[in-house]
Parts: sequence; structure tokens; C-alpha cells
Amino acid sequence: MRITINDKECWANPGETILTLAEREGIKIPTLCYLKGLSPTGSCRICVVEVEGQRNLVPSCAFPVYEGMKIKTNSPKVRRARKTIIELLIANHPQDCLFCVRNGNCELQSLAAEYGVQSLRYQGERRVRKQDVASPSILRDPEKCILCGRCVRICHEVQNVGAIDIVERGFKSYITPAFNNSLNTIPCVFCGQCVVNCPVGALSEKSHEKIVWNAINDPKKHVVVQVAPAVRVALGEEFGMEPGTVVTGKIVSALRRIGFDTVFDTNFSADLTIMEEATELLGRLNNGGVLPMLTSCSPGWIKYIEHFYPDCLKNLSTCKSPHEMQGALIKSYYAEKKKINPADIFVVSIMPCTAKKYEAQRPELGEDYQDVDAVLTTRELARMIKNAGIDFNKLNDDYFDDPLGESTGAAVIFGSAGGVMEAALRTAHYTLTGREMDNIDFRPVRGLEGVKEAEININGTCLRIAAVNGLKNIDHFLDQIKDGNSSYHFIEVMACPGGCINGGGQPLPSDPEKTEKRMQAIYKIDRELPKRGSHQNESVQRLYKEFLGEPNSHKAHELLHTHYLRRDIE
Amino acid sequence: MDTKQIYEKYPANDPSILIPILQEIQETEGYLSEEEMQKVAGFTRLPVSRVYGVATFYNQFRLQPLGEYVIRVCRGTACHVKGSLDVLTTLENELGIKAGETTKDLKFSLETVACIGACSIAPVISINDEYHGHLTVKKIQKLLASFRKKTKED
Amino acid sequence: MDTFKDLFAELWNDSGNPVKLLIDSLNGVGENKGHNESGINAVQKIKNNILLETNREPVLLIGMGTCGLANGAQKVYDAFVEQLKQKNIKARIVSTGCVGYCAKEVIVDIKLPGHPRISYAEVKPEDVPEIIEKTLIQKQIIQDKTLGIYKTNAGNNGWDHVEPIEQNPFFRKQKKVVLENCGVIDPESIDQYLAKGGYYGLMKALTRMKPEEVIGEVMDAGLRGRGGGGFLTAKKWELAANTKSEKKYLICNADEGDPGAFMDRAVLEGDPHRIVEGMIIAAYAMGADEGYIYCRAEYPLAIKRLEKTIKDATDYGLLGDNILGTGFNFKLKIKKGAGAFVCGEETALIHSIEGKRGMPRPRPPFPSESGLFGKPSVINNVETFANVPVILRNGASWYAHIGTENSKGTKIFALSGKVRNVGLVEVPMGVTLREIIFDIGGGIPDNKKFKAVQIGGPSGGALPESVIDTKIDYESLKKVGAMMGSGGLVVMDESTCMVDLAKYFMDFIQSESCGKCIPCREGTKRLLEILKRLTTSHRSEVSQDESLLRFQGMVYMERLADVIKNTSLCGLGQTAANPVLSTLHYFREEYEAHLYDRKCPAGVCRELLTYHIDTDKCTGCTLCAKKCPQNAILGEIKKAHYIIDEKCIRCDQCRTNCKFDAIYVE
Repeated sequence: MRITINDKECWANPGETILTLAEREGIKIPTLCYLKGLSPTGSCRICVVEVEGQRNLVPSCAFPVYEGMKIKTNSPKVRRARKTIIELLIANHPQDCLFCVRNGNCELQSLAAEYGVQSLRYQGERRVRKQDVASPSILRDPEKCILCGRCVRICHEVQNVGAIDIVERGFKSYITPAFNNSLNTIPCVFCGQCVVNCPVGALSEKSHEKIVWNAINDPKKHVVVQVAPAVRVALGEEFGMEPGTVVTGKIVSALRRIGFDTVFDTNFSADLTIMEEATELLGRLNNGGVLPMLTSCSPGWIKYIEHFYPDCLKNLSTCKSPHEMQGALIKSYYAEKKKINPADIFVVSIMPCTAKKYEAQRPELGEDYQDVDAVLTTRELARMIKNAGIDFNKLNDDYFDDPLGESTGAAVIFGSAGGVMEAALRTAHYTLTGREMDNIDFRPVRGLEGVKEAEININGTCLRIAAVNGLKNIDHFLDQIKDGNSSYHFIEVMACPGGCINGGGQPLPSDPEKTEKRMQAIYKIDRELPKRGSHQNESVQRLYKEFLGEPNSHKAHELLHTHYLRRDIE
Repeated sequence: MDTKQIYEKYPANDPSILIPILQEIQETEGYLSEEEMQKVAGFTRLPVSRVYGVATFYNQFRLQPLGEYVIRVCRGTACHVKGSLDVLTTLENELGIKAGETTKDLKFSLETVACIGACSIAPVISINDEYHGHLTVKKIQKLLASFRKKTKED
Repeated sequence: MDTFKDLFAELWNDSGNPVKLLIDSLNGVGENKGHNESGINAVQKIKNNILLETNREPVLLIGMGTCGLANGAQKVYDAFVEQLKQKNIKARIVSTGCVGYCAKEVIVDIKLPGHPRISYAEVKPEDVPEIIEKTLIQKQIIQDKTLGIYKTNAGNNGWDHVEPIEQNPFFRKQKKVVLENCGVIDPESIDQYLAKGGYYGLMKALTRMKPEEVIGEVMDAGLRGRGGGGFLTAKKWELAANTKSEKKYLICNADEGDPGAFMDRAVLEGDPHRIVEGMIIAAYAMGADEGYIYCRAEYPLAIKRLEKTIKDATDYGLLGDNILGTGFNFKLKIKKGAGAFVCGEETALIHSIEGKRGMPRPRPPFPSESGLFGKPSVINNVETFANVPVILRNGASWYAHIGTENSKGTKIFALSGKVRNVGLVEVPMGVTLREIIFDIGGGIPDNKKFKAVQIGGPSGGALPESVIDTKIDYESLKKVGAMMGSGGLVVMDESTCMVDLAKYFMDFIQSESCGKCIPCREGTKRLLEILKRLTTSHRSEVSQDESLLRFQGMVYMERLADVIKNTSLCGLGQTAANPVLSTLHYFREEYEAHLYDRKCPAGVCRELLTYHIDTDKCTGCTLCAKKCPQNAILGEIKKAHYIIDEKCIRCDQCRTNCKFDAIYVE
């Protein structure tokens, strides 16, 4: 289709919107409510453009192109409309940018600057609503909300949780859980997808920065930090690097400079998880256990199944998530080795995830002490690095500490959806056959699609597997399990779309292109590592020899496995 | 009265019945309680946040019980140009509540409504679906006095 | 044998569809295949009886639409029942819909055997004994209550001196096409509707025309949507008909929300079969087998009548499966709207039927491609559907003869406000606003001067005297800054403040905005605040900033209104600023008086008023001083009093209580 956009002729695909065309043509149209991959709601009107023959301005995110269309994306009328919309938003906004967690990284703030908003043209009543600070993971500040609805759509349409919705009407409307409850008293799974999709400071993580600084500054505390796989391919973005830049070594350097006593790699216990989980799976397969087995490393997913499908809890692997295993080992194995009183150890996890904050304080995860004491998101770590005066870009690479620092390629791919499955298959194959897989790259479970399925034949055993990400996609499988007609053996579930690389604690805003680049970086790390199966991790082997015995041993169960709760809802 | 029979009339797991079922529950119960909204959410398999979102969107739904006498002040255009704002203010002052509220003794609820179509007798209010037209401040005071007397006698 | 249904079993053999044959013989067409002589006679007999041509006992028809009831129709009804019983007079009482003359409610029609039907206005319960005595017993007319008579072929039997009702000034310039049955027939009687030629259009469409021919007929008639926009109705049907889908829906928008309009309700209450017939025809044309009537829950009577209508039509085989034996199926359900003005917007209405918050979505895709439950759907409003049967019955050329070049047919208006004859009027397109207000409406009461007329409700505009010779059609109204809207016509006199009016509409829109899009949600709020500031006194401004804001508001108002209009998602927002823009255009000096002089020339904006005591009239009775809650009135007994302006809170207590009309405002 031939189209004229800003006096320039170009070709467009039938059915596409003005926005995608403009993007391809290098024309920037601002958006606020638009979410790639979901149907447009056309609610913010910031993306309006002028189309010849149309009475009013049209929203480019929702308006399809047609033959001979003449578009102006930057006319005075358009600019005035956009500026007015921004002014209207600011008029109903706290205007406390200096104290806002999104200062410098706020879509409204950027737009105000881009469109030259320099005075408060409209003034009047503002929405007054209390903050919700009660949950262990997520803070809500409805006064900062611009009602773009991105959080609501993600929560309902992608995550199928429906924790929050728009209530009331018109100027009075706001976003809240039902009956104005707090997030911690409702079936919110704390995945944080709302946070990474919020354009302003209305949703943010509950910060642990202060308690971590306090621990670091406390001479009695031995502060141990660990870093999740997905953090190393995303943190660079906070310092102006391209998405997908691998900054593992720089992170270790930075953590040391901040003042952590020991820097471990969560990848270590990702390998350990595979040893435990693969063993558990083979056990279930051989002993007529409950199948399919569902992975258990995504805490948002755990809370989801506890709330919405408690009947399927017996299908969940009993393995703790990797950082919890690591925490338990730090306060036992490592403490013994170093002869430190576990009570003096403070474990900090750097995670791409907001649900991990909630997970860390679950009473099941820890006996005398919580396995993990604080969880920092990728974003919080970036702030701490800046706060510590570290020029991240100039850091040299450094290496993780022993004995919980070694890892294989199987561990790093935990960060991307399908990775746990692939890692488990590598080890299951080795355990069953005594040799590595012919093709170590198991592509059927890679990629950002919500549901990936495969069948794999290992030594005569045909395994039917699925890797699912984005919680909406799991219901179908859980309904099958509930009805007793699931034909799968093993299903990996990641709460967030794309897995941890697009977790609720990652750099903002969420964007499928960024996620894709982070994913490629993850597989690049895997590809370049000499060892790519968890069973090859020598530190893990030493751990079993020195401390745990064998996978799924009694001691392993005590430290590395857990149980789940029914959280029935009406 | 029990709302159980209401649920029996509707198919389960069908989100499109949400508004009719809420309407019917309100007809029976007088308002929508949190408990009932939770039930409806379970019945329709909708998140309760969505049920709450719908219940707070429409003028018809109320989340608090109504008073014995429901006074609806018509705020249609014809009534407005004939002074319905004064009618409303008078009622608000007399009852000590704002539109949308109910008196503490649960005797009177005050609401506004967009045109009840009785423009010929504007300004008009309805009290429990009975119309009172051509209102003036004095008439309202008299009217309220008679209803107050009534509630005392009850 | 009293009803047509009684005939079905007995008088026709099963070679044909009995309802089809019935409609044929009622309308004197067909080759009487399958009819027999006695059958046709029986039909005629029942018809005459139903239409009260041959009634043997007196029949009283009481207008019991909402406006009638609001004026006490129930009490009149009860009085008749009681008095007739006392006097031992046998008579039938029928409740009808609204004839449109709301100002004259309660309206009671009396049809005595052998006499024409006579219409009495403003009947009160205490008038009942006189009516029974004079008219029912003595067969006399009560002149000062008479609106007119309905002429019949049977002769007027001594009542020739009475004017036919069409000659009443209120009715003379009207043309009743859609409202032909309202207030005339019993809306709950399908037989009366049939006897009046009802369902004949449907039969013609279903048995003699292809769907595309029906679309063609309505296209030729030039019918445009009566809900406001004025889109060609048949075009909508055609778009949906051309979309391939197993399932299609037809929706009737009966969520009349314009605060000052009650046309749809009158038709729903007064002639519901007409709407249902129009819907079945439309469903056939576009290929829908399921339909919804989305009706305001605030219209309980309309809903009750619709329920009965659907039941009766289904019993007669006019709804449901195999309609009139043609194999066409159409099911109709009622959905009660839960109260949201924005649901008049078609995509919001669809969301509401689907059980969601009634928030509109961007178009395209249009509902004709993807509507209710994602299926092709057509949405028309009540009045639009009510026009359809008569187009099919009388033909496109008959219909296209009424109205103007581009706006065909009639339009119903709800005439209210400062006008003598408040009511429902149906006029051919092309009459002027002046004719409606002054000829039909009888002009402005209380010797006041006409100031403006608001047409199109909250989406329309206020038009001053200078443009009320504008002809009513879609385009002309747009040209002068108003719109057809749904049909509210609110007349205002010199005591109406136009700033206050704009504020009123903005308040309404602001509270009815769904909140989805920013310009409407935030912008209407700011516009309202700007208007509110204009109507405040300097006394209530605590800081200088506020008086600065007041002037700023006036500067930015048009800019903001323009952006709201240009960028809002749906029609509600796009038209939200119209009342402001039209009043600014025609009554700018009134805004300026508010802004610069802090005066409300119409004396409406209370904060801007100053209360004075006319020293000539004041007798010094001290009542005002006693009533003043602020002790703002001083004066000695029996001497003229004085109001201290600084203390006065404009509560109006003094003025309403003064017995000597001595207190006035400026």
C-alpha cells in the first residue's frame, strides 16, 4: 500500500497500524498506553496524528493504514494536542519528581521535556489516594498513576491474575485491588510485570537498599551476595549499555567495591537445582510418582498455583528456587567451612524479580534464620552502584568467590524461558545414558513464545515436555492436570513472559526487543562456556561429596527442598 | 432473602452475565456486599477486581445499604433550568448528607438522576418511585416533614 | 372470540401460516389463499372491536406513561374505577402510552358507543365525578377540558362542533409517523398494533423481499440514525450484511441518557411492537439471528412492556424460529443498562452487554465487522428502528417525500424547559426551531423573553434567537454549532444564565466520562473548574493565584475545548465541549460579565449576586432579619431594612420569605 507520511511516500503492509509504519520509517511517535503484543486500547491519545479526510486526530497505535492515506505526525495541531495531554496529566500528578523513584527514568517526565512543557497551564483538584506499602514486594502510589492501564492489562491479559483493575469512573477512577485491599491480602503473585510496564512512579519495588547498606556497614555482619543469571545480561542497560551486554565480571567488581564480604553466583545453585530436580524427575518417572512434574524456581508462579490451582501442588517439584538453596548452603556449608556463626551472616540476592522479595520472607524457607535476608532487584543494584560512586563502565572484570561461584552453561540459561528445561534435559540425558546429548543446544524450548512443547527420547524413555512462560498460558496445562488427563511428564513454568530476563525486577520499561537481546546474550554465555551440563560442575560435585551426600539425600531434602501451601480463594 | 436461587438461574463461568446477576442480587439485598461480589467472581470465574471494577462503574450499583426512603433528585436539563440545584442543596442541607449518601439512621438516601422524564412538572424528585413535582424550597421542607413523621410512626 | 389468536386454530386450514394470512387480510392484500369468507369477516369484526369502532360499552383510555404517572395518572385511574363502581356503570378502562402533550397530563380519552373518541386534558381525581356525570351519563362534552376528538367514519353524532385533535395548536404542525400509535393504542395489546397495520411491513420484507432489497428500500428512504450521528441506517446494515460470519447480532440502543430527552421512552412505553418489528426487519436485512434491546434500568415500565411485547410476538410466531413460516429465525433479549451515559456510545454499549465496564474502544474495527462478542453487529437506536416498519409498509418513496433533501422523515423532540407546551413532538425534518418553540410549544410562559434553545443535549449547543429560523436537519444544525443529538430541546428564557448552563452540561459530562482517555477524563474536569471559577465571587478566593487562574482559565478554555474535541476517544468526549463552545460563540458577553464584572446578568450564579432591599416596598416587618442566618440584615421595626453585603452568604432565605417582594438581586 502506498502511503504518504509527513510528505514522504512509502509502502505499508495491509492491516498494520500507523504506529508500526512510522516506527519503520524512523518517525518517533510517543506512546503511553501502547503495549506491544496486546490489542491497542487507544486510551492515552498521546500518539494521535493527523490523517487527511478524518474529522479528528486519530490514535496511531490503533488506526490501520489504507491505500493512499496521507498522514502528518508532527503538525502544529498534533503537537499542540500532545502537549495539552501532557499538561493535563501533570495537572493531576504530584509533581514531586525530585523525590520519585522514577526520577530520570519516567515516561511522563521525558515527554514533558520533549514537548516543552514549562508551566502549569491547567490546575485544579488532584486525585488523592493512599499509598499501598504493605506488600513485601511491590509499592503502589495511586496518586502518581496516569491510568494508562498497562499494569491492568498485563495483570489480566498476560498474567491472568487480575489482582488490580480500574475502578470508579471518569476523573474519580483509579487502579486498585478489589475493595481497596492491599496487594498483600489478595491473590497478587508479586511477579512485578505491572512494575516493569508502569511508565511513571505509580508502581515500584519495595526497596531493600537501606537494609543492605545497613548490613554492609555493620562490622558484626558477614554480608554475602549472590547474583542471578538474568541480571548479568541486563544491568548494563542501567549504565547506558546496549541491551544484552554481558557484564558479569563488572558486577562482581562493583559488588566488592560496594563492600560485600563474599560474592557468590546463583548460577552455582542453578546447577545444583538441576542435580536435585533431574533426580526428582527420574525418581517420579521410575517410581510411579505424580506427573507431570512442574518446575518450582519462579516464586510468582509458585504463588499463582497456590492461589488458583492448589489441587496441583503435588505436581510441583519440591526443590527450593536456586537462590534459596544457595542461601541455605551459605548459612550451613559455607558457614561451617568459614567457621562463621550463621546468625552473623547476611545473605543478599540480586534478582531480576520482585516476587523473590516475597519468597525470601516465606517462613518455609529457612529454619532458625531465613535462607535469604534481602533481595535486591537489578534496578536497586544499579542505584546502589551509582550511590557508591562507582563508574560502572570503567570497571575491570572480577571473578566470583569459591566455593559457591563456579557454574556451567546449564545454569546461566535458567535466565531465559525454557532454560531450566533444557538444562534438566542435558543432565537427565547424561544420567540415563552416561553420555552428553548429541546436540547440546535443545532449540525446541528456546525462544520467547509463551508455550513451547517437545518430545524427547532418552534411552527408550519418551518424555513429553513443555516450557511455559506468562501465567495465562499455564491454565490450559493445569486444567488438564486437574482433570487427570495431562499427558506431559515435565513442564517448566516461568511467571514472567520470556522468563527471568524480562522479570519484574529488570531495567525499565519492559520491551520485547530488549528481552530478545538479553536472551541472545544468555545463550551466548552458555555457548562460550567449556562446561554446559550441571553434572559437570566440580564445585557441585565437591558439595555432594563433602556435605550433602547425593542428590535427594536426607540432608539435601532438609536444606534444598520445601513444601507449599493451599491459598484457596473463592 | 437468600441469593442462592439467583445463582441457580444463571450459567456458571459466563462473564457476560455479570451485570444482570449483580442487578438481581442488588434487587434482593438492596446493595452489593463484598461477600456477594466475591461469590459472583467465583461463579463467573472473573477476578474479583473486575467485579469490583464493574460494580463501581455503573451508577445503579451501590456498595452500601440504602435508606428506607430513597429520594432521587432529577438533574435533567429541564429541571436544571427550573432550579433543581436549589432543590438538591435544600435536601442536602435538610438531611445533612450529600448526594450519594444515606443518613446515619438509615431513613433517607439521597441520589441524583439524569432526567426521569417528568419534565412537565420540573423540578421534580421521586421518593421511593413516587413523583413530586413543581418543587420549591418550602414544598420540600413540608414534604420531608411529612416523611419524617411517617418514619416516627412506623 | 376477542383476540386474533383465537382465530388461528379455527378459521384457517393449515395450507398457510395463520399469522401471515391474518396480516394479509387485515391489510386487504393477498389473494385470500386459504382464507374463507367467515374467516375474513371474523377478522374484520375483531378489528373493529379492537379499534373501538364498534364498542358497545364506554371505553376510557388513560395516559399512563411515566409522565402521566408523574402527574398522578394512577390516582385518576383509581378514582374512575371507584366512581364507576359506585355509579354501577359498566365501562372498560385501558391504560395507554403518552400522546406527547405532557403539559396537559393526565390525559383521559373517552370513547362512548356511537360517539367519536374525545380527549380530555389535565384531569385530576376530583374531576372524575363530573366527567362521569356529564360525559358518560349525559353524553355531554366538558368544553374547557377538551383537547379534541378523533374523527371517525362513523360520524360524530352531535359532536361536530368539537375540533379534531389534529387541529389543536400543539398537534397542528406535527406529523405523527413514528408516534402514530403512541397514546392512541394500548401498548400492551399486540392485536391493536396488528389492527393498526402493524407487522405488515415485516411480512412484506420477509415474504416478498430479499435481504438486499430490504436494505435497498431503507437506503432509498434515506433513513439516517436518530441517535445523534446521522449515519445512513441502511449503510450500517449493508456493512454488516457484507461481513461474512456464522453469527451476527442486532442491538437496539434504548439507553437514552440525555438529561432532557425522553423520546425513546415514550415510544418504548407507548408502541413497543413498532420497535420490535423494526428490529426483526433489520435482523433479516443484515442476517442476524440474535438481538438485544439495551434499555435503561431507570425505565422500569418500558422494560415491563418490552417483556410482554417479546412474549406476545413470540406467541404469534413473529419472533423466534421460522418467523411467518419463512425459515427466518430471530431471538430477542432485553439487557438492562446499569446507568452510564457513555453506554450510548456503541462500543461502550457492547462492552456493557459483554459484562464489562462500559468503556468505548477505538474504531476501526467498526462493530459491523467486529462487534458484540467479536461478531459483526449493528446498533441502532429506538427511534431509528421505530421508523423502519412504516418505510416497509408504505414504501421508500412515500417516506422520502417527508423531510428535506438530505434529512428524510420526521424527528421526535422532547420539548421542555421554559416553554408553555412541554411535551413530545414529532415534526417533519425541515421545520424551523421557531415553529417548534413558538407554534407547537406555545412560546415562553410568564411574559419572559426567549433566550436560547439547547438542542442535542450535552453534546449539542445552545442556539440564540438569531439562528432559530434554522431548519431542522442534520447538516444545518451542525452549521450553527449544534447537532441533532437524540432530540432533547430545552428552551431557556432570559432568566437562564448561559455560563451556568455550560457549567451544568460540563458537570454532567465530567461525571459521566468513563475515564478511559486522558483528554475527556482530565480535560472535562479542568473545563468544569474553569467555568466554576468564573461563577465564584472574589470573596471565596483565598489567594491571588486563584484570581489569576480565573483569568488564565478564560484564556485557555477554547484551546482546551479544541483539544478535547479533536483527540477524545469517543463521541462523548468529542462533543463534550460543544455546550461551552456554542455558548462562548453566541453569548460571549455573558462570560465577560462574569469574568470582568463578576456579575451574572441572568441572576442565576448565586455567588455573584448582590441582595438589595427595595426601601419603597419594605414595611420593616423584620421577618427577613429574623430569618437571616448571618445576621446580615439590619433595620428598625417598621422601617426599611438594609443588607450588609459582606456578611451575606446568598442563601436566599430573605428573598423567599419576604411577603412584600421587597428583596431583589442584581
